[in-house]
Amino acid sequence: MKPNMTPTKTPMPEQDPIVRAGNFQEVALGYTPEMAALEATRCLNCKNAPCMQGCPVNVHIPDFIARIRENDLAGAYAVLKGTNALPAVCGRVCPQETQCESKCVRGVKGEPVAIGRLERFVADSCMDTAAPVSPAPENGKRVAVIGSGPSGLTCAGDLRKLGYSVTIFEALHTPGGVLVYGIPEFRLPKALVRREIATLEAMGVRIETNTVVGKTVTVEELMQEEGYDAIYIGSGAGLPRFQGIPGENLNGVYSANEFLTRVNLMKAYRFPETDTPVRVGKAAAVIGGGNVAMDAARCAKRLGAEKVYIVYRRGEAEMPARREEIHHAKEEGVEFLLLTNPTRVLGDENGRVTGMECVKMALGEPDASGRRRPVAQPGSEFTLPLDTVIVAIGNSPNPLVRSTTPGLETQKWGGIIADEETGATSLENVYAGGDAVTGAATVILAMGAGKKAAAAIHAKLSGH
Amino acid sequence: MYRILAKERLNETITRMRVEAPRVARKAGPGQFIILRIDEDGERIPLTIAAKDPVEGSVTIIFQKAGATTARLDTLEAGDSLQDFVGPLGKESEFGDIAGKRVAVIGGGLGIAIAYPQAMALSEHGAKVDMIVGFRNKSLEILTDELAGKCERVVVMTDDGSNGRKGFVTDGLKELLDSGAKYDRVIAIGPLPMMRAVAEMTRPIAIPTVVSMNSIMIDGTGMCGGCRLTVDGEVRFACVDGPEFDGHKVDFAEAMQRGRMYKDEEKTSMERHACRLTGGARA
Ligand SMILES: Cc1cc2nc3c(=O)[nH]c(=O)nc-3n(C[C@H](O)[C@H](O)[C@H](O)COP(=O)(O)OP(=O)(O)OC[C@H]3O[C@@H](n4cnc5c(N)ncnc54)[C@H](O)[C@@H]3O)c2cc1C
Ligand code: FES
Repeated sequence: MKPNMTPTKTPMPEQDPIVRAGNFQEVALGYTPEMAALEATRCLNCKNAPCMQGCPVNVHIPDFIARIRENDLAGAYAVLKGTNALPAVCGRVCPQETQCESKCVRGVKGEPVAIGRLERFVADSCMDTAAPVSPAPENGKRVAVIGSGPSGLTCAGDLRKLGYSVTIFEALHTPGGVLVYGIPEFRLPKALVRREIATLEAMGVRIETNTVVGKTVTVEELMQEEGYDAIYIGSGAGLPRFQGIPGENLNGVYSANEFLTRVNLMKAYRFPETDTPVRVGKAAAVIGGGNVAMDAARCAKRLGAEKVYIVYRRGEAEMPARREEIHHAKEEGVEFLLLTNPTRVLGDENGRVTGMECVKMALGEPDASGRRRPVAQPGSEFTLPLDTVIVAIGNSPNPLVRSTTPGLETQKWGGIIADEETGATSLENVYAGGDAVTGAATVILAMGAGKKAAAAIHAKLSGH
Repeated sequence: MYRILAKERLNETITRMRVEAPRVARKAGPGQFIILRIDEDGERIPLTIAAKDPVEGSVTIIFQKAGATTARLDTLEAGDSLQDFVGPLGKESEFGDIAGKRVAVIGGGLGIAIAYPQAMALSEHGAKVDMIVGFRNKSLEILTDELAGKCERVVVMTDDGSNGRKGFVTDGLKELLDSGAKYDRVIAIGPLPMMRAVAEMTRPIAIPTVVSMNSIMIDGTGMCGGCRLTVDGEVRFACVDGPEFDGHKVDFAEAMQRGRMYKDEEKTSMERHACRLTGGARA
């Protein structure tokens, strides 16, 4: 078949911005079979597959796309699942523009192949009907996985397939990590995460929720008293940072973690039908420029705030968020206050937020990260009237595991020190990966780390 | 799911429940708490661990019908199950060199439910414990009999004088101090204004005073920062850095302001709960 040389991606239908800013349903609606078939013909099936080098888990991209062209969706799904435990998730939240799609040859003269959209299409079409993976019979060796985010889930799935009995210990009441408490429903439907996790459980992976390792049980006890042969720590980076400016403890100031947890995990958008409340009022500002900030801002909009601002101290080019998220936020009416730094949160006599004092910034010399350092412009102070302030300036690894695991070496900033190729830590048979090691990163990197560690644990426990 | 093994109403607003939670029972220590959720749409609420039985694998909680969730919890019976029950959370009380020392444990209202295990643990650690407990009136009196044997003195205060002496727990503490009692430590547990009043009383006479902060919480693992408070000018998370803090260093005014964050929503939830009790099921 002759390749389709259209220079642009087949567009994916989306909910209208004005409509979707009032609901929590998914924004992007996914390809129809016709759209997917058309987009699949844009792939040149390059022999050296540069796209694959951009994928942290090495999905056989040209291969799965070829099967879409051949109308063999089950085959395409099997290719995806061969290396990626959570394709329906990755197809939605991976930053393809800096990974696989950034290496696509079609991107040189036009837009790359819409690999992410195709991955999502295949996963959505097949996840309910695909035959369950039959894991090897249990070999008597036991592995405990701490944390049920993408990293822990991937590690658990791979080890179970290899024949290990695997138990995941999760602190919260629902498994999924950031996929359930952080990323909102309109970007990643929770039913889908539940389905992916159910597949793992059907394979024999056990999940003990409500178990805080370090409190309910320690790493040492898991190994010495409960007889686990190896441990994988995938506990994420869930410790919120605050700015330390005056007024940050006023009522109406949330960490992004708290705000998103209330909204996503606790379903506060359905209050009072659900019991957990959240307050946004009429005007909300989100401090920060990453994906987390965009998610928080878009949630605030959906909860009825008339004015939602992103307050970021550098320029738009420096924002770490995905372009697509910035674009979506703007479409939904989120206003961007760039080169703006908050200096103080203001409150009324009842301790409720009434506004935020900010100062305009200008970009100066590049700093250690290579980004130009923002410098405050004297005399440019102004006050933003607000009901809610959401602080989304980053998260660090939670100290609960490291502070209760003697001998586990960590970086000064809290990240667990682990070998990049194997995830091995300073403790024998204890491995770690994902955000707990790297600090806040991406779903796919966390999955890649879980995969490598599963292979290393297998090598260690099976003696080759 | 976590089965309720026993339920006992201590009076019309306060209930004691024993819940099957073997992992929690194995590790629970004094001063620690659990977080529970009744059902899928429920909120996560923290409750102090009142007692544990590692052999039976159970944990006892005592709660007061204060909001919609505790009111609904009170409608459950032995044999029913809770959706979620996680713990033990927070730091254990630091008793260090408490043996032989004199300690006053002060519990107000439901605070007695928390003060009770404290008093028990302190006496096990060899401390000489005086207990001052406050109630609004006689009908709110709980657990005093169980406490009597563990403490050197138990002083009961009621707002209306219907039982024990009339007055607040601070009046009880003042009387003891005036009569020459010397304390190496005071532990105050209960509503924020009461803990603040105790801390203000012990500050000028420099008796180390521990308070237990009941902030609004979600995860209880340090993940959300919703439970933050200011102690000695620094931001701390009650769920992981506490719940016990130096009462002389806590910013009580801020803690009280934060405790009022969802007052209106709590009212909405209560009204809905009342509806449900009169026939409305959860939508
Ligand atoms: C709002 C938001 C939006 C994001 N958007 C994107 C995106 O679009 N694309 C993308 O690629 N990445 C995104 N990320 C980043 C991505 O979600 C993370 O990098 C990824 O989830 C890390 O996976 P993980 O498994 O290492 O940790 P997590 O997903 O954080 O999972 C860790 C799990 O461990 C549990 N845990 C922690 N401590 C303990 C303990 N002591 N005992 C037991 N369990 C414990 C936690 O409760 C949690 O469930 C986003 C992050 C956030 C917060
Ligand atoms: S309850 Fe979330 S950090 Fe304490």
